[in-house]
Amino acid sequence: MKARTLRGRVAIAGVGETAYYKHGRAPVSEFQLALQAILAACADAGLDPRAIDGFASYSNDRNDPSRIAAALGLPELRFSNMQWGGGGGGGSAAVANAAAAVAGGLADCVVVFRALAQGQFQRFGAAPPVATVSGEQAMTFPYGLISPAQRFAMRVMRYLHEHDIRPEAQRAIALASYHHAQANPRAVMHGRPLTAEAYDASRWIVEPFRLYDCCMENDGAAALIVVSAERARDLRPRPAYLLGAAQGSEHRNAARAHNAPLYATSSFTTVAPHLYAMAGVGPGDVDVVQSYENFTGGVLMSLVEHGFFTAKEANDVLVVDNLLAPKGRLPLNTSGGNLAECYMHGLELVIEAARQIRGESTSQVEDAEVSMVISGPMVTPVSSLILGSAATV
Amino acid sequence: MAPAASYLPAGLPAPVPEPDGLDAPYWAGTRRGELLVQRCERCRAWQWGPEWICHACLSPEVGWTRVDGRGIIYTWERAWHPVHPALREHGPYIVVLVELAHAGGIRMLGNLLGDPRQVVTIGAPVEAVFEPHDDAKVPFTLVQWKVI
Repeated sequence: MKARTLRGRVAIAGVGETAYYKHGRAPVSEFQLALQAILAACADAGLDPRAIDGFASYSNDRNDPSRIAAALGLPELRFSNMQWGGGGGGGSAAVANAAAAVAGGLADCVVVFRALAQGQFQRFGAAPPVATVSGEQAMTFPYGLISPAQRFAMRVMRYLHEHDIRPEAQRAIALASYHHAQANPRAVMHGRPLTAEAYDASRWIVEPFRLYDCCMENDGAAALIVVSAERARDLRPRPAYLLGAAQGSEHRNAARAHNAPLYATSSFTTVAPHLYAMAGVGPGDVDVVQSYENFTGGVLMSLVEHGFFTAKEANDVLVVDNLLAPKGRLPLNTSGGNLAECYMHGLELVIEAARQIRGESTSQVEDAEVSMVISGPMVTPVSSLILGSAATV
Repeated sequence: MAPAASYLPAGLPAPVPEPDGLDAPYWAGTRRGELLVQRCERCRAWQWGPEWICHACLSPEVGWTRVDGRGIIYTWERAWHPVHPALREHGPYIVVLVELAHAGGIRMLGNLLGDPRQVVTIGAPVEAVFEPHDDAKVPFTLVQWKVI
């Protein structure tokens, strides 16, 4: 049997997004947004949209691939894939699923996309309008434990307690995202810088999360094109090669009513070793990281579980200067991410990771060769991936 | 002023047993003021929340056992932002996750009764308090916690 790996076999050949909007402000429907992003990604790759033969998404995206294929007039549809799980945990996994399809010969050109117009549907951060609940929700909703922030605050509270981590560590993550958004004209928070004082004065959403620890909710769409490494070289001068990807979660992570044996986790303790094993690199080789911010505490835990520092070092490492492009020790969320660019469920983070490899970020890290994405901390399954330049494959 | 009948205001979604009956013994137990959790009849492993088979030995013979409603605060949160219309004018409230060491370390959720602005200490001992909602369309009882 050949070595079972995706390393170097596929690449992201094009990326695209719509304009990003505050939630409820998109002037067109969610489906139109999806089409716009896909066509933008094709244009970026220099690819005829009729070459697409597969789709991958996550988090129960509402935009059916068969309808998209019909709208685009595709000659044929060969691959249609939905990654299970909620939140942004599938962001990297959807890319990996597309990559596996291409590497395995199921399709030649797979679009990974995510479209969200929360103003046209139910918002993630508001309680659904129901009179009764059962199952897991019956154990939580009657106690006012309803929203994602409320679902994850207790995990982070426990983690901060176990490791004596100060609030300034979460604050640094928020400030880094806002700092990078000021250089990014696409960012919803472009032109709206955040200071440490404003962070400290911001209201609690749910302790230990202040307003700026929580992601935005937005309208928009993002897409990227996954093809074989050989084909990518013909399409783009600098494709971003997939070095590795992994998804999953720990033993009984989804045990009901907050009974995961390992409770204070971002769900990556078993996933990250698989990622590094496939990529053939270690944390010290990673030049730049995009780490999904549902909440800053989840980023903190994700970075620890991917081996960038230990929990005991978090107070010392998580200071703003360390997290900034171009020269910080660990440049983080260089487009502004979910906090300040756009909450496109983390697919904007994959696009940014590819732009870093292409040298096209608005907060470019010098000589970025290895670029990581961490998707959806604290949910299950989570996923992460590593992209590399031509020099790494 | 008489203490409020419930910790949180009326109007939040009401719990109902799952249609397949999995957690019905738990909800029936709370109506009687009893805390019931699962314990495998074959390997004696504790299990919470409920599931159809034992996660340790995969036996379908997962029984229900009454446990003492005492534990320690494993973690907590204080929610300020109202995500449901019923909470809009309410102010902060506390949710705790309570570990029951005498029941295999299973954890149970609830609100922490008392001052919503109180200092909360991880590791503090708490005991269960049953909060009946007799006027609900389908009457139910919540398990809450108070520091002892």
